[in-house]
Amino acid sequence: MQVKLKKNQNILIVTLQGELDHHEAEKIRDGIEYAVTNGHMKHLIFDFSGLSFMDSSGIGMVIGRYKLIQSLGGRVALICNGRMRRLVEMSGLARLVAVCESLDDACQAVKEG
Amino acid sequence: MDNTMKLEFLSKSANEGFARAAVAAFISQLDPTLEELADIKTAVSEAVTNAIVHGYGHSAGKITLSCTLTEEKKAVITVEDAGRGIEDISSAVQPLYTKSDDSERSGMGFTVMETFMDSMEVRSHPGAGTTIILTKQITGGSDAC
Repeated sequence: MQVKLKKNQNILIVTLQGELDHHEAEKIRDGIEYAVTNGHMKHLIFDFSGLSFMDSSGIGMVIGRYKLIQSLGGRVALICNGRMRRLVEMSGLARLVAVCESLDDACQAVKEG
Repeated sequence: MDNTMKLEFLSKSANEGFARAAVAAFISQLDPTLEELADIKTAVSEAVTNAIVHGYGHSAGKITLSCTLTEEKKAVITVEDAGRGIEDISSAVQPLYTKSDDSERSGMGFTVMETFMDSMEVRSHPGAGTTIILTKQITGGSDAC
């Protein structure tokens, strides 16, 4: 799986491509936490639109990072594709994070809340 | 005549992708739709992850993945471990229930398996491992052209 981290002011954008499962989630979660805390980021956007596969470990990873961001007073947004929408809906993740169609929507969602 | 396969691998998380790919490759001979294939891969991923995380925890063990394709185009997939087993199956399959201390576990595994497959059966006893049996009727018909 490919991971790209990008900063937009105080928003960390995590873009993933490939397959996100328990194995891959374990590999990247510490790196994301480090980037948030050491980079003094406040908000977090997960761009999952390029994922070809995701199971509930991906949901768990978002929830785990939501807890960190919430403790910093920030917001989390998720950009997902049609393939994972069912999983996202089943999880009730939309109660915690903004589920968006595009990066622009996600940036707006975390800035405005 | 039914077609069947059986794989055995260590409970390493790196094998989760391998398990998905193996089942997908085997089931492809029934010409599933893309959605059927995605559903099966997701359910298998959940079952294998459960065996690794909950069945064996931090210790190494064997996971047996088998699949039977019936003449009626039904896929019957079994994921079996010899790990710690489940004390209370009815509680374990409840949505968002998780025994894991790890806050990364969403507790959705069984719910995903039940939703994405036609049926799910869990056989387990404490100390005696767990077997998950998943079935899905393949309607067939490729999405391509």
